[in-house]
Amino acid sequence: MTITTLATLAADLKDGKRSSVEITQDYLERIEHSQHNAFISTNADFALAQAKAADAKRASGDTTQLLGVPVAQKDIFCIEGTQTTCGSKILENFIAPYTATVVENMHSHGVVSLGKTNMDEFAMGSSNETSYYGSVTNPWRSVGRGSAQDPLVPGGSSGGSAAAVAAQLAPAATGTDTGGSIRQPAAFCNLTGLKPSYGRCSRYGMIAFASSLDQAGPMTHTAEDAALLLNSMAGFDTKDATSLDIPTEDFTASLNHSLEGLKIGLPKEFFGAGLDSEMAAIIETAVKQFEALGATVKEVSLPNSHLALPSYYVIAPAEASSNLSRFDGVRYGQRAAEYSDLVDMYTKTRSEGFGNEVKRRIMIGAYALSSGYYDAYYSQALKLRRLISNDFDAAFAECDVIMGPTTPSPAFAMNSKSDDPTEMYLNDIFTIPANLAGLPAGSIPAGFTQAGLPTGLHLITPYLQEAKLLNIAHKFQQETDWHLQAPPPADGALNSNLGGKH
Amino acid sequence: MFNWDQRWDVVIGLEVHAQLQTKSKIFSGSSTAYGAEPNTQASAVDIALPGVLPVMNYEAARLAVKFGLAIGAQINQRNVFARKNYFYPDLPKGYQISQMELPIVGFGELDIDTPNGSKSIGITRAHLEEDAGKSLHEDFQGQTGIDLNRAGTPLLEIVSEPDMRSPSEAVAYLRKLHSLVRYIGICDGNMQEGSFRCDANVSVRPRGQVEYGTRTELKNINSFRFVERAMEYEIERQIDILEDGGSITQETRLYDSDKHETRSMRSKEEAHDYRYFPDPDLPPMVLEDSFLEEVRATLPELPVAKKARFETELGLSSDDADLLTADREVADFFEATLAATKAETKIVANWMSGELFANLNKSELDINASPINSQQFALLLDRIADNTLSGKTAKQVFSALWEQEEGDVDTIIEAKGLKQITDTGAIEAIVDEVVAACPEQVQQFKDGNDKVIGFLVGQVMQKSRGKANPKMANELLIKKMS
Repeated sequence: MTITTLATLAADLKDGKRSSVEITQDYLERIEHSQHNAFISTNADFALAQAKAADAKRASGDTTQLLGVPVAQKDIFCIEGTQTTCGSKILENFIAPYTATVVENMHSHGVVSLGKTNMDEFAMGSSNETSYYGSVTNPWRSVGRGSAQDPLVPGGSSGGSAAAVAAQLAPAATGTDTGGSIRQPAAFCNLTGLKPSYGRCSRYGMIAFASSLDQAGPMTHTAEDAALLLNSMAGFDTKDATSLDIPTEDFTASLNHSLEGLKIGLPKEFFGAGLDSEMAAIIETAVKQFEALGATVKEVSLPNSHLALPSYYVIAPAEASSNLSRFDGVRYGQRAAEYSDLVDMYTKTRSEGFGNEVKRRIMIGAYALSSGYYDAYYSQALKLRRLISNDFDAAFAECDVIMGPTTPSPAFAMNSKSDDPTEMYLNDIFTIPANLAGLPAGSIPAGFTQAGLPTGLHLITPYLQEAKLLNIAHKFQQETDWHLQAPPPADGALNSNLGGKH
Repeated sequence: MFNWDQRWDVVIGLEVHAQLQTKSKIFSGSSTAYGAEPNTQASAVDIALPGVLPVMNYEAARLAVKFGLAIGAQINQRNVFARKNYFYPDLPKGYQISQMELPIVGFGELDIDTPNGSKSIGITRAHLEEDAGKSLHEDFQGQTGIDLNRAGTPLLEIVSEPDMRSPSEAVAYLRKLHSLVRYIGICDGNMQEGSFRCDANVSVRPRGQVEYGTRTELKNINSFRFVERAMEYEIERQIDILEDGGSITQETRLYDSDKHETRSMRSKEEAHDYRYFPDPDLPPMVLEDSFLEEVRATLPELPVAKKARFETELGLSSDDADLLTADREVADFFEATLAATKAETKIVANWMSGELFANLNKSELDINASPINSQQFALLLDRIADNTLSGKTAKQVFSALWEQEEGDVDTIIEAKGLKQITDTGAIEAIVDEVVAACPEQVQQFKDGNDKVIGFLVGQVMQKSRGKANPKMANELLIKKMS
């Protein structure tokens, strides 16, 4: 099976080979017959109406590049009239009455929203196992092979998006990344995933996890697709005070620029203990590929990167504990069926509505902000964040891009880490620093392990240099075909007790 | 005047929430108008739907800065919004966006008048925050309704130093502040609608002790009258406890104006841990010098400066100047009248503080709602100045205007035949009649009793039905009798 890119579909639509309705219908059928539990909901009427409108626009001469191309949306984005759950029971009955700016931007570019993809509850997780709507299987190994091997996780929190694109249930998807939630699942599922600079994409209508870290971005097969999709997502939004009021950019414009003279920095801290040796070798090979393209490589240092995880696991839960207070059963979402008084209503609603990982982070966050502990935890974490940011400034004085592995190891088996939060948190050790510093960062397919599992090459560029990052990724993809590999066809007799609602 | 045992000192600090007069809310575009149907002025942002974000309405910052400049306070040109976290059904986000470490307005001062002269009250800070919604306990059969129209309305919380030493000082401060916020046009000051709300921190300590006693916070004191009574009650309660050898519990107490008592709402132990932290949705607010200068240019003449000008330039007494500058609207009415009339300043001041205020008070009206506007008022005073009206007939015209009878000042004078008689011949005829009718009094005058002239003038006025010019009548009488 060969992969289908956004660019291919856009060309087909332009040439009149296929209509948006045909394409959309095709993907909706694939979703219906898939076994990965990648979607929480689809709304065929909604998607087909958009597709029909796109076809009509094209017929009347509209040549917008992504007009009529379907994309899957992470279920963290509000889309008017559709169920928007954020992977949580507490929002099971929530129909959004408005549309997120990012989605609205995409719609105004003619993009068709195929459906809402599965995700870790409130984007808190690295395996998609915290979703109330069931785990998602990684298309690269969605079936258990004997009792010793469970299916693999797709990563998280944008696990449904990653699985959907990898399994070709959508040509591309949106994700959000607070500590690696785009890049880690992209790495696990052999995709290109980009977390833009903080402020590049509006957060309005994207259900907040950690406001100072959250950022939406594209999850695609190719860097070119990522550029195309980012073009339709990004832009200043007066409804988000943290969105950047800067001129729009065409991220496809510099994709083919030469990498002659590119200075690659490899932080020594990213290649130490804990990194899978097979992965290290794959990354090393990928870097050599860049040297062949004219780049030079040097070692750099991010001396405070070991502080990223502790800093993140104070700041993100602290913000989350406050952001999630609005889910109180008063105005929308689930409310406990029976309660004796107000406090009882709050307690039961939130006890029943939130899963364990969400509760854990709310408690950590509330603790870190509480009187008497604020200085010891939250203030300290902010100082560490500053140090980490300074490390990048220093490193970028010496190089144009920082490279390393996206994750310490390839996709792991379901249930293998879900009982050990700290083990799970270590998955994001390489991705978190870019969130803390607000920098653009991406993961691109870098090759496969001997077991046939995808690995990701992690790229970090200076602030607002998404175009540079995509240029580097694109040139690599012109020389390699890792990103064109599709997962093996799924076994017909899938175990299906993973899917569905509880 | 309330008096407690003189062995005790009282310490009071006030926290005032002034609703800022912006058209839209502080973090959303919804209207702030009062009194709409429940939840009709609550947008996605106000009801805290998943995914919504606050965006600062800089009009609120402008009004806060205006206040800061008016009290000569330091303006923090970089200030930060923080989240105050607590659960309550009328608090949609589960946190209130407020300011903690870096408020928009820093330290300033407000002078109040006390029986012992002017006293400066420190204002620790004033910060921006959003109001919560309202819980409605009626009409829901044992359940609670929530109205989020008010949620997100901008408030300026003005925190004083514990500088007040009696409830009357506290009320003087409150009145001064109330006048100021209305003067500079940042708050309508409507206490009934909750646009100007007050919490008081009250403590007592043995006279001469330097350390403050344990304080209680009084909530829900939303009229000048209640403020004073609530504090008086609370001071007595604290003194009673201390004199009985007890100690004060630090707590929040609610004032019940019906029962005239305060009762415990929550103790320090039960106090919320608000888990304040900087709001990551709102970048720090940075105010440029040019913004401050722009706001400064919009500041009206402040009450203190206005009062001084009324005294020095217009020659008003301190009391008159106080009265006429307490409200900006009153001062504006006074100045508008003065500009439009030929009458003397003193006459204008007397007629305002007399007839006009008496009628406004009787009808419980603000000067803005006066049935007589400054133009009509000026014309009325003109007719006194040019002798068309006497003081007495002028009051008749005033009443007619007040009752909104048809016509302007001149047509009313005409219609009622109130035009003062200034024709010498006409007055002379009446004077002759009076001289003829009162031989006894005329003789007394001739015998040197000057005081009897008053009676005779009165007779002339009576016969002319108040229309004769009393000064002319006086002169003519003297001429006839000598």
